[in-house]
Amino acid sequence: MYEVLKQHFHQVIPNVDFCSLRLVETHLESLQIRKDILEPPFKSKNMGVMITVVDRGGLGYAATSDLSLSGLQQAAQRAWYWAQQTQGKMVFDCSQINFPSPQGNYPSFVQQPWDSESLSSKLDRVRTEAKQCPIDDKIVHWQVSLKGIQVQQLYLTSAGGELYQSHDYLVPIIKVLANQGVNTQIRTLGGHGYARQGGLEQLELIGFSGKGRELAEESLQLLSAPNCPTGRMDVLLAPDQMILQVHESIGHPLELDRILGDERNYAGTSFVTLDMFGTYQYGSELLNVTYDPSIPEELSSYHFDDEGLLAEKTYLIRQGLLKVPLGGLISQARAGLPGVANSRATNWNRPPIDRMANLNVEPGESCWEDLVGSIEHGVLMRSNKSWSIDDSRNKFQFGCEWGQLIEKGQLSTVVKNPNYRGISATFWRSLKGVGNVSTHEVLGVTNCGKGEPNQAVRVGHASPACVFAGVDVFGGV
Amino acid sequence: MQTYFYAIADFIQQQLRGNEIFLSYFSGERSDFVRFNQGKVRQPGSVEQRFLTVELVQGQRHATVELGLTGEMAIDQAQLLDLLGGLRDQLNHLVDDPYLLYSEQVNSTESLGENRLPEISQVLGEIMQAAQGHDLVGLYAAGGIFRGFANSLGQRNWHSSYNFNFDWSLYHQRDKAVKAGYAGLMWDSEEFGNTVQQVKSQLEILQRPAHTLAPGRYRVYLAPAALAEIIQLLGWGGFSVRGQKTKESALLTMMEHGTALNSQVNLFENTREGIAPGFEKKGFIKPAQVSLIEHGRHHSALVSPRSAKEYGMATNGAEENEEPVSLDLGAGNFPRAQVLSTLDKGIYINNLWYLNYSDRMAGRLTGMTRFATFWVEHGEIVAPLNVMRFDETVYHILGEQLLALTTEREFIVETDTYEVRSMKSIRLPGAMVNEFTLTL
Repeated sequence: MYEVLKQHFHQVIPNVDFCSLRLVETHLESLQIRKDILEPPFKSKNMGVMITVVDRGGLGYAATSDLSLSGLQQAAQRAWYWAQQTQGKMVFDCSQINFPSPQGNYPSFVQQPWDSESLSSKLDRVRTEAKQCPIDDKIVHWQVSLKGIQVQQLYLTSAGGELYQSHDYLVPIIKVLANQGVNTQIRTLGGHGYARQGGLEQLELIGFSGKGRELAEESLQLLSAPNCPTGRMDVLLAPDQMILQVHESIGHPLELDRILGDERNYAGTSFVTLDMFGTYQYGSELLNVTYDPSIPEELSSYHFDDEGLLAEKTYLIRQGLLKVPLGGLISQARAGLPGVANSRATNWNRPPIDRMANLNVEPGESCWEDLVGSIEHGVLMRSNKSWSIDDSRNKFQFGCEWGQLIEKGQLSTVVKNPNYRGISATFWRSLKGVGNVSTHEVLGVTNCGKGEPNQAVRVGHASPACVFAGVDVFGGV
Repeated sequence: MQTYFYAIADFIQQQLRGNEIFLSYFSGERSDFVRFNQGKVRQPGSVEQRFLTVELVQGQRHATVELGLTGEMAIDQAQLLDLLGGLRDQLNHLVDDPYLLYSEQVNSTESLGENRLPEISQVLGEIMQAAQGHDLVGLYAAGGIFRGFANSLGQRNWHSSYNFNFDWSLYHQRDKAVKAGYAGLMWDSEEFGNTVQQVKSQLEILQRPAHTLAPGRYRVYLAPAALAEIIQLLGWGGFSVRGQKTKESALLTMMEHGTALNSQVNLFENTREGIAPGFEKKGFIKPAQVSLIEHGRHHSALVSPRSAKEYGMATNGAEENEEPVSLDLGAGNFPRAQVLSTLDKGIYINNLWYLNYSDRMAGRLTGMTRFATFWVEHGEIVAPLNVMRFDETVYHILGEQLLALTTEREFIVETDTYEVRSMKSIRLPGAMVNEFTLTL
C-alpha cells in the first residue's frame, strides 16, 4: 500500500520549492479491569497523511485520511494554497531553510510483540494483577490496564527523501485507592510513568507482576500515615518524581519554540533566553542532562525526527552549564543556534513542533544508601500526582503519592500528601547528590501537552534518584 | 458528512448476524488552523478527519473499535468488514459485562449548523492589520465540526456546527500580555475591532513598572476566565458519581459529609445552552439541565450509562468520563462596574493558569496568575503584577470567603484542540474573594 502512496505522492507534488508527505498509521488495543470487572476491550486503527508545501517563503500544510490519488491531490493543492497565502507574511523566511531529504529507517527493538500473545493470555495478566489488589476492606477501588500501540511512519520529500520508522509501545497502568472517611490515598505504578518502547517483554523488566499487591499495601500505609511536615529540608526524589521535575523545569524551558515566542498564547514562554546558551549555570556541577534518542526501551528513541533531521545524543547541560536548546530544524535557523532532532508531531493531523523527545538526567556516582545517608533531616518523595508551574517554567509546585521521612541518614516514618515548591532558576543549583546507575530508571510521560492546535505527545525520561538541599516542603490540610 | 455517516451505519446494520446489536458514534471536522507569532503567521494549515466508533454487542458481551475513515465508501466498507470480524473474534474471549447499558428507546435528533464562516483571506487580512506594530500571538481555528450517533434500533442523531475561535494575546514584553478571545458563528469585523481596541488599552497598563507581591492573603477579583479555570479543574472527576463512589472526587466532603459552599453558588450542566451535542455514545439523550450544586450544596452528580448500571441509579446522559461539557454557574447580584471600588486594595486577576491539586481530598488547589493581573489601590488599577502562585481550598474560594458573584456573565468556548476541536463551553460570572492565599 505504501508503494502506491509513494507513486501518488510524486504525481501530486506541485511546482514548489519543497514538498513532503508524512504518513502515520496507528494501531492500538487497550485492556482494562476495574475492581473485578473487565471493561469492554477497545481497539483503534487510524491512518492519514500530512502534506507540507514550502514555496517562495510561504508555508502550508493539509492533512487528510483520504489516501486516494484525488485525496492527496486535494491536500497538496490546499497546502500550496496556504503557502501562497502566507508568502511575505511568515514570522520567518522559509526559503532560507534547507529541508533535508534523507533515506533511512528505524524499528523499535521488540522481543515479544503485542500480537504474539492471545487476547485471553493478555487478559489473564491484567486479571492476575487486579486480583492481588483487594487485600483489605479499606481498598475501595483498583484498576489495572495494558495498552499496546504500534505506529508506522513514512516520510517522503519532493527531493527523493524516504524514511520508514516503526514504533511499538507498551503502557501498563495500575492504580489502587484506599479510603477511610474523607481520607483517600492513591498509589500507582510509577505515577503512570512506566510507558516503554518495546513489547510485552517490558512487563518483566519493570517488575509488573506482583505490583498490584505492593501498591495496595502502600496505599494502606499512607492511609494511616501523618501528613508530610512543613519546613525547609533536603529532599530525595525517586526517578518517578525526577521525570516530572526534569520535564517541567528543564525540558519545557529549553524548548526553542517557547523561547522564540511561538507558545506564549498557550503553553507559555521560558525564563531561558537565547543569550544564556553557553554561559548560564543552570544547576550545580553534578547536573548533566542529555537529549538521547538511542535508548531502545525509552519512549522517544528514533533515528529521524518528523522533518527528517538525524537524531544523535547531545548534552544540553554539562556540569550544570547550559549548552544546547531543544530546537529542531526551523527553530535552529530562526535562533541561529545549534539544536537537536526534536521536531515532532503527535499524529498525521498535527504539524511538527519542538518537543522534548528523550530528555535524561545522566547517572552520577552515589549509591542509594549514600543518597539517604547524606540527609540529616529530609524527606523521600516517590510517584508524581500533582504538577503546576508558571508560564515561564519557573515557579513550580509538585506533589507526590508517597513520602518517607529521612532522619540522621535513615529512612523513617511514612508520610502522606508530600508537596514541595521551588523556582527552576535556583532549584537545580541546590542539587547535591546524583544517584548512580543502580538508582536509574527509564520512564516516560505519555501526555505532554503543547502546541496550537494542541498536541499530547509521548516523551521519554530516564533519571537516577537525586538529592536537593533546603527545599520548601509541606503536606496536606 | 451526515449522509456518509448514515450510509456507513446502514452498511453496518446489513452486516449484523443473529442477535448482534451495534452502537456507533461519529466525530469529524474540516478545520483551518492559522498560528501567529509576533503579528505574523507561524504555521497555517487545514485538517479533514473522520473517526467512527463501532461497538458490537452480543447479549451482555461487547467490544469497541475506532476507525479513521477515509471517506471512500468502498475502502471504508472493506475496513469495517475486517474490523467487525475482529470484534466477533474478541467477543469469543469475553464474559458478560454486568455494567453494559445502552438506550433501547429510539430518540432520533438533528441539529444542523449553517456555514456562515468568512473567507480565510479576509480573516488573515483583518488579524494582520490589527497586529501591525504589536506582538500578537495565538491561533485562529475555524470550520465545520460534526458529531453523530447511530444504532441498530434505527436511532440516528446528528449535530453540526460551523464556528471560529480566535484565541490570542498581545504581548508587551517577557510574560506581560493581555489575553483575549473572539469566537462565534459569523465574523463581525466591527466586533473584532472593538475587542482589539479593548485589549490595546489594557496593554498600555502593562507598560507600567510591574509590582511584586509578598506571599500572603489578599482580596481578589477573579474575572470569569480565571474562575473558569477553578471550576474546570473540579470537573476532573469532581462532579462524577464514579469519583464519588471510588472516593476520589475533590468534592467528596460535599457529596458525602454535607460540607457546603457559599449559598450564592448554583452550578448546572446546561446542555440546552451549550454548544455540544445533546446525545452521548450509548444513545441516551441528555436532559436540558442537570443541577450539580444548588445554593452551595451538592445536588446531583454526573452519571454515565455505565455508572448507572454499576451503582443502581438512572443515567443523566453524562459522557463516559463523567466530566461536564456545558457548565453554567449562576449569576450573582454584584455589578461588574463596582469591582474596582469594592476591591479597593487588592488584585484584579484576569487569568489563572496550570491548576492542580495540593490536597485533592481537602479540595485544596494551586495554580498561577497569568497574563494581565493588576494591583489595585484606592479602587484604581495601579500596576501589573509579576506572576504569583496561589494555594487555597475550593471551600474557601467559593465558600466562606466568597464575597460576591457578578451580575454579568461571560460565555467562554473552550479552545482545546487535542485531536479534535472541543465543543465544551462554560458560562459564568466573576467572583470577589477575600483572604485569597498567595504562596510563592
